Amino acid sequence: MFVARSIAADHKDLIHDVSYDFHGRRMATCSSDQSVKVWDKSENGEWHCTASWKTHSGSVWRVTWAHPEFGQVLASCSFDRTAAVWEEIVGESNDKQRGLSHWIKRTTLVDSRTSVTDVKFAPKHMGLMLTTCSADGVVRIYEAPDVMNLSQWSLQHEISCKLSCSCISWNPSSSRAHPPMFAVGSDDSNVTYGGKVQIYEYNENTRKYAKAETLMTVTDAVHDIAFAPNLGRSFHVLAIATKDVRIFKLVPMRKESTSTGPTKFEVQIVAQFDNHNSQVWRVSWNITSTLLASSGDDGCVRLWKANYMDNWKCTGILKGDGSPLSGSSGQPTAMSTVVGSSVHTSQNALNGMSAGRVGKRAPFAPPVRQLTSSKIYQHSAYY
Amino acid sequence: MQNIPAASAGTHLGFAWGPGDILVYETLYKASGAIGSGCPCIHEVRKDEDIYSPILRKLFNESHHIFVGLQTIGEDLPSKNKKPQFVSISKNYRSVIRACMEELQQVAVSSKVADVATQYGNQVSILLAIELIWNLCEVLFIDAAPAGSLLLHLLDWVRLHKADVDEKAREVLQSESPAEHHDYWNVVVSYVLQGRLEEARQMLVKQATLQPAARSMYKLMDTLLSKMPFYNPGGTQTLTEFDVKWRHWHEEVDRCLQDNSFASNKHLEVICKILVGDEDTLLEHKDLLSTWYHFLVTRLLFCHPTVKPTELHYYAQSCLTMFLDSRSVPEPLDSILLAAFEFDIHQVIKDCSIALNNWWFVAHLTDLLDHCKLLQSHNLHFGSNLREFLLLEYASGLFTHHSLWQLAVDYFDHCPEFGRVYLELQIERVPLDTERKALKVLRICEQRQMSEQVRSICKIMAMRALRNNRLGSALSWSIRAKDAAFATLISEKFLQDYCARGTFSDLDLIDNLGPAMLLSDRLTFLGKYREFHKLYGEKRSGEAAKLLLSLMTAKIAPRSFWMTLLTDALPLLEQKEVIFSADQTHELMFCLEELTSLNTTAPGADGPMQDEDTELTKVELLRLALARNLARAIVKEGTVEA
Repeated sequence: MFVARSIAADHKDLIHDVSYDFHGRRMATCSSDQSVKVWDKSENGEWHCTASWKTHSGSVWRVTWAHPEFGQVLASCSFDRTAAVWEEIVGESNDKQRGLSHWIKRTTLVDSRTSVTDVKFAPKHMGLMLTTCSADGVVRIYEAPDVMNLSQWSLQHEISCKLSCSCISWNPSSSRAHPPMFAVGSDDSNVTYGGKVQIYEYNENTRKYAKAETLMTVTDAVHDIAFAPNLGRSFHVLAIATKDVRIFKLVPMRKESTSTGPTKFEVQIVAQFDNHNSQVWRVSWNITSTLLASSGDDGCVRLWKANYMDNWKCTGILKGDGSPLSGSSGQPTAMSTVVGSSVHTSQNALNGMSAGRVGKRAPFAPPVRQLTSSKIYQHSAYY
Repeated sequence: MQNIPAASAGTHLGFAWGPGDILVYETLYKASGAIGSGCPCIHEVRKDEDIYSPILRKLFNESHHIFVGLQTIGEDLPSKNKKPQFVSISKNYRSVIRACMEELQQVAVSSKVADVATQYGNQVSILLAIELIWNLCEVLFIDAAPAGSLLLHLLDWVRLHKADVDEKAREVLQSESPAEHHDYWNVVVSYVLQGRLEEARQMLVKQATLQPAARSMYKLMDTLLSKMPFYNPGGTQTLTEFDVKWRHWHEEVDRCLQDNSFASNKHLEVICKILVGDEDTLLEHKDLLSTWYHFLVTRLLFCHPTVKPTELHYYAQSCLTMFLDSRSVPEPLDSILLAAFEFDIHQVIKDCSIALNNWWFVAHLTDLLDHCKLLQSHNLHFGSNLREFLLLEYASGLFTHHSLWQLAVDYFDHCPEFGRVYLELQIERVPLDTERKALKVLRICEQRQMSEQVRSICKIMAMRALRNNRLGSALSWSIRAKDAAFATLISEKFLQDYCARGTFSDLDLIDNLGPAMLLSDRLTFLGKYREFHKLYGEKRSGEAAKLLLSLMTAKIAPRSFWMTLLTDALPLLEQKEVIFSADQTHELMFCLEELTSLNTTAPGADGPMQDEDTELTKVELLRLALARNLARAIVKEGTVEA
């Protein structure tokens, strides 16, 4: 691993969230400075800020993209108790030439009485639906019935979770296999309140979401939660950021054909890591859910990977080196040295042969051996 | 471990997964009293830099061809007959590695930038190690040479990877007096160590001519060297016969040593000791052997030329210990080779996965070994899973590259268990920068009946085209997506456009809708309505009139559009000849009455009825024209009948 480039984000305060669009060609950032910025990747891989605007009257916690089938749509949520939906409009051609884009607010969702802590779009097969959760313990599901008119959103469901909510995650599984399902986590730290992760499932008959499961073993505050993409498996995989990283398997139990209640699950813990030493704040899967990343109080991002026998291990650590750089520089000087060292640790691993003969290499001389056995921190090709 | 510049103590690192990278930024998750600190930088951390190397691209491209060929290798052939093919495929892979290595080496040597040279140099050493391991696996696992041939293959292996002898020999021979060159004896001994006895003899002749006094001694050495038997796997000689012959020769060499035949020439005596397999003498030449595995092969050559595959691990282990005595810990490469000599394929693959920073090698080697049925026999349960696991990892890596992703498709295709879902997840995220690229992605999905991805791609493209007001493109993409709702929406826009401007855009598309027209009612109407305009333009008034009427009577046209249609009927009604028959005129009148009655009962209904006065005039005009036409039609029809 190496730092390919650094981008001067130019936010005037803490960045709270960075979110890639579906194709990975755009990203959005949000900050305590109450603004959202949109960045576009150019042909040569450079990022350019194409829009920056004030979105809320408080810290913006999260920003997220809708599926491109619905156009270029963003949602943000904030400490100011609202969530908002933004749409890019194709502007004047000279704006495009100047590399600028226009985003207009389509709606403000004001139903919450407290800080809106997370905002997520539902899987695209459900239509254009947006979910928010808030510190007052309510999950709200909104729908835009007409995708060409994003100023109309109707509140479809309001689900009271009883506990202050910090995060939500939709199960990305397709509708054919499972009814819509999401998990919500609570950061209430009172362990006597019981399980802090609840799973809700949509019931076709009642047309309501009903609680299917509470993960009773997770009693500490939960800060983030993430369903893994379903790889055609019969079970669901859920990662949880609490005082440690946990990965759960939810195996649906056989349902009586007459039963109309929600699916019951057999909950199995697959892995549990306390390497972050203390609180874990974010968990997120890569596209194929072969890698899980987590961020914790140790200031590290850790990467977790299962081998082909489903044994999970840490396969990489991203760590701040404690040398803050002055804000404006887009090309930090520390970069080259960092790149250098990481390349060496991973590549020396297989260098062979006597150390003295590096200088002049005959064609296909034996590989050069480093006499010191270098440590490989990063097993990028973990088996 | 990767250090990220600029994250200070006590803060957190936020992150976001991207297609081929991970974005990392400094943040603070504890909400209480979060006061912004100074580094609003986002760092793009990449996992795999190899994929961006222009030279390694060739490795990926060419090995892809070999891989695809291997997957289709005659399934009908019994596996025994496939061995030569597998060996040749293995050699093909290795020659691709070699070609890449040579190119990298050239760039590394010619580069004037020290960093670049080091980087390429590092890649060369990695490829060298990969080729070394691969070659050994080929000898031991794929070719699986039996006793006798085994040593010959191992000799080839060592010779190939210790080619610096040749360069040194060239240097010596090109000097004015080769026999007096300071490297002369090193070259001779190196030749002997590699079992290249012919070349050693030729070198020795040069020395012999310089020392006429020692002629008989050189003659004796020449005889010993020339008489050393080598096993010939193609010949008639059995291994036992060879063994007897070799023992005779070995005793002869030993006798010469006991006789002190070479006592007066320390160089020849050393060679004689090597020939007899004296371990101490061999170990004195560590610098010429340079690796423990060279030592191993030389030792086998002069002590156990009929070594069996099953005995290898014993010699390998002892040679490693003897050779590396000064060093406590073996390098990863040592362990990997040792595992190979122990025939522990799984350990080889595992160690390689950990030590190397890309999946190319393990994925391709494992795939080949799996085709040779070597993994199953080792571990029946996990065999195919391991192959697939590694191929999926490799192909996923390729997918992050803007053009190499196309190679990955074939790898996914040959992963029976998860290949398809991986492809589905990855391919829908390929950026659809241009229509051409979208079509390319679409074709791949269509070939594999990935209907959901096909639909989604078309939908994305349709949406994008609509946002940019390219109605034609939007329509054709939504037809491809079979998205009726969207097609309706776009048809509506076309009709609005027509009402506003009186002309149609994208005539070509609308004229050639064909059966696609049936996707949505509104689209059908759009197509038919355009057909009416065409007929009218071609002065085929009768047909045009019939079609226009049927659009209303068959309820194809939306109510809101009826007034436009009736207005379109006006010029037909006013022509000299009678076009609408009496019956048709009745039907037109009925339509008009239905429309007006509807509008009076439901005022403010949608439709182009903003200006009531104009609308009223229009209705009056229509009524008049219809009445006149009815009269003319009745007269005409009566006349014809009479």
